[in-house]
Amino acid sequence: MRKKLLSIFLCIVMAVTMLTGCGGKSTTTGKDGGSKKEDTKKDDEKPTATPAVTTVGEGTPLEMWTFVELHSKFYAKMVDKWNKENPDKKVKITFTTYPYADMHNKLTMALQTGEGAPDLCDVEIGQFPNFTKDTSSLYPLDDAIKPYQDKLVKARLDIYSKDGKIYGAPTHVGATVMYYNTKILKQYGIDYTKIKTWDDYAAAGEKLKKASNGKVMMTSVDTASVDWMWIAMSEYGEDWTTTKDGKANVQLKSVKKMLNMQAKWLKDKIAMVSPGGHVDMEEGFANIGDGKIASFPKALWYMSRFLSYMPEMKGQWAIAPCPVFEEGQPRSVGIGGTGTIVTQQSKNAKLAAEFIAYAKCSEEGEKGIWNELGFDVCNTSIWNDESITKDKTNKYLQYFVTNPFDVLNEVKDEIGKINVKEISTTINSQMCDTTLNEIFEDGVSVDDALQEAQDAVDSEQ
Amino acid sequence: MKLKKFFNSQKVAPYVFVLPFILSFAVFWIYPLFSTVKMSFEKILPSKTTFVALANYEKLLNDRIFHIAIGNSFWYMVWTIIILIPLPMIFACIMDSNLVKAKGLWKALLYLPALSSVVVSGMLFRLMFSELPTSQMNVFLQWLGQLPIKWLKQESTARFALVLLATWRWTGVNMLYYIAGLKNIDKAYYEAAEIDGAGAFQRFRYITLPLLKPTNIYVLTISIYAGLSMFLESFMLWAGNSSPRNIGLTIVGYLYRRGIEKNELGYASAVGLVLLVIALIINIIQLILNGSFKKEEA
Repeated sequence: MRKKLLSIFLCIVMAVTMLTGCGGKSTTTGKDGGSKKEDTKKDDEKPTATPAVTTVGEGTPLEMWTFVELHSKFYAKMVDKWNKENPDKKVKITFTTYPYADMHNKLTMALQTGEGAPDLCDVEIGQFPNFTKDTSSLYPLDDAIKPYQDKLVKARLDIYSKDGKIYGAPTHVGATVMYYNTKILKQYGIDYTKIKTWDDYAAAGEKLKKASNGKVMMTSVDTASVDWMWIAMSEYGEDWTTTKDGKANVQLKSVKKMLNMQAKWLKDKIAMVSPGGHVDMEEGFANIGDGKIASFPKALWYMSRFLSYMPEMKGQWAIAPCPVFEEGQPRSVGIGGTGTIVTQQSKNAKLAAEFIAYAKCSEEGEKGIWNELGFDVCNTSIWNDESITKDKTNKYLQYFVTNPFDVLNEVKDEIGKINVKEISTTINSQMCDTTLNEIFEDGVSVDDALQEAQDAVDSEQ
Repeated sequence: MKLKKFFNSQKVAPYVFVLPFILSFAVFWIYPLFSTVKMSFEKILPSKTTFVALANYEKLLNDRIFHIAIGNSFWYMVWTIIILIPLPMIFACIMDSNLVKAKGLWKALLYLPALSSVVVSGMLFRLMFSELPTSQMNVFLQWLGQLPIKWLKQESTARFALVLLATWRWTGVNMLYYIAGLKNIDKAYYEAAEIDGAGAFQRFRYITLPLLKPTNIYVLTISIYAGLSMFLESFMLWAGNSSPRNIGLTIVGYLYRRGIEKNELGYASAVGLVLLVIALIINIIQLILNGSFKKEEA
């Protein structure tokens, strides 16, 4: 009997160990799983599937991880400039580009175990709260950023700060604007400059539907991104991460208004659901490129997507402030971003911090960010620097019908800020996995879906 | 000389031979198991670890997404058992009979999927079941005069895709177990039954099935655990760990989400232990029902 029991036990043990052994070999894909859950997308082209490693410069060796290859290319150029300007503090940086989710997971584990983290690392804003849960593993950047601080948009430094210390060097403002396809709108006799409110927007959508026989829709609503909610919250000055009692609340007036409005658009067939869940992925680019939708709101960093994925649409797209629910509301919100961190594991943390502050926050760096990556930089003096804003050779200024800097200066004081906190990751995954799908795909009522979302968020706080 | 004596001694030799397994088992299984139990009562951050008693488990009780994950894993386990036990058994019997020519080829063909990487096959399935009208499955539907559907966004069709992937992948493996089981059955029984006038179905019902019982128990035991701990298939099918309304989230997927993606290793440990307990309970129940714990009838 005992033998029998023992043998059965051993059999189970063997089976379990064998199976988990098989299951333990997991590899992750280069596909971005992050943007579905995070409230922000890549600032740039899709991450590569294989880690690309390059070493630049000569001097103190540093290691840096990014999730966008273009970023490493930009930093590499800044290494050369830094070494020219600081011959006594030369750096030699080895850049590794990982897929989005892999890089953040690797960094989490490296900081948790206290081994193997790089000196510098790009962290996407949606992931940032996961790393500031415990700031002991991050090196504060206050001293390094100080020389440039007065010229930077303070709100962008705040989102990467905790307890009064800055832990991430910002990349851009991420002002959200409306992109309009002027070619389509003109063809059907619609003047986008007249659109001021969401009611105007819906009316234009109706007109477009009739004129084009339902071939073109006004926009596409997202099931895997919360950008639209952010726009609504900014307009009403609300923020779902922080309400009066300091708790997160997704049942806000602004969110309800936006969701009900979008559900109505779908019913009236003036909008479609974004193929693939949101516009910042292959299916989305194809949908825009095929002229199926005439407009959509997105942060200014989306300009680079046009150049990368829809170069043939040059001269068709205009940029304008977002419509509002009631005239006089703020017409933009800062979405997305990458904060670059320096880890405490770095042997040369001070040097790494000085370099990254120079590369991202100095005038030189900011100009580079605009020219290379096409981002609306945090240094507002550049927004009025005519050598930049009127630069005829710039590929971004050439592509669009309107000048992005005009729009940026117009909404300069209306760019709302939504906090990204620890609870944000829960809110976003609940919204993008469940709530938005229920409302837009399954026809669940907005109130029910939001109540369910609130319950899920409450269980986390 | 001494060495020889040592290796020939009845007492010591067995221990020497099992030592490598015992060592690796201790380092890679027993230690992690105990540390997981310990971690499940803690909140773990890079700089400090705090003991939180049962807080993680209390949170699990009310964690709706975790309940969804358990439901999904359980559902997947049940369906894989319903399909992946009878089907391979029938295939094995066919292979064992004289009806089939070129047996080696068939066996190889059915076993091939198990050798392919889940990552590759998962991606292929994802493309086949894509929501675009040009995806393989939607092309089939259009041949049948149906409209294309969003396969991976609806619960029923997404689950169908998952089970199909599992069936495609594991049928061959389970079939091999059954072929091995069939090889152990004495042919004399069949001859005797035939002389007594039993038909093919009766022979299967009264000889093959009862004598395959040990194989059945083995396959059932590993299927229960494999079904509950499935992660990679769903991870590949949805190109990541998030699916619409969490229709593809499994218990291990949730463990990964909490532990790796959100850096809550203590909570993830609690999730893992709950998985272990569920798998053990189900398996012990089925082993009792199967009579595995009874004394051998000599």
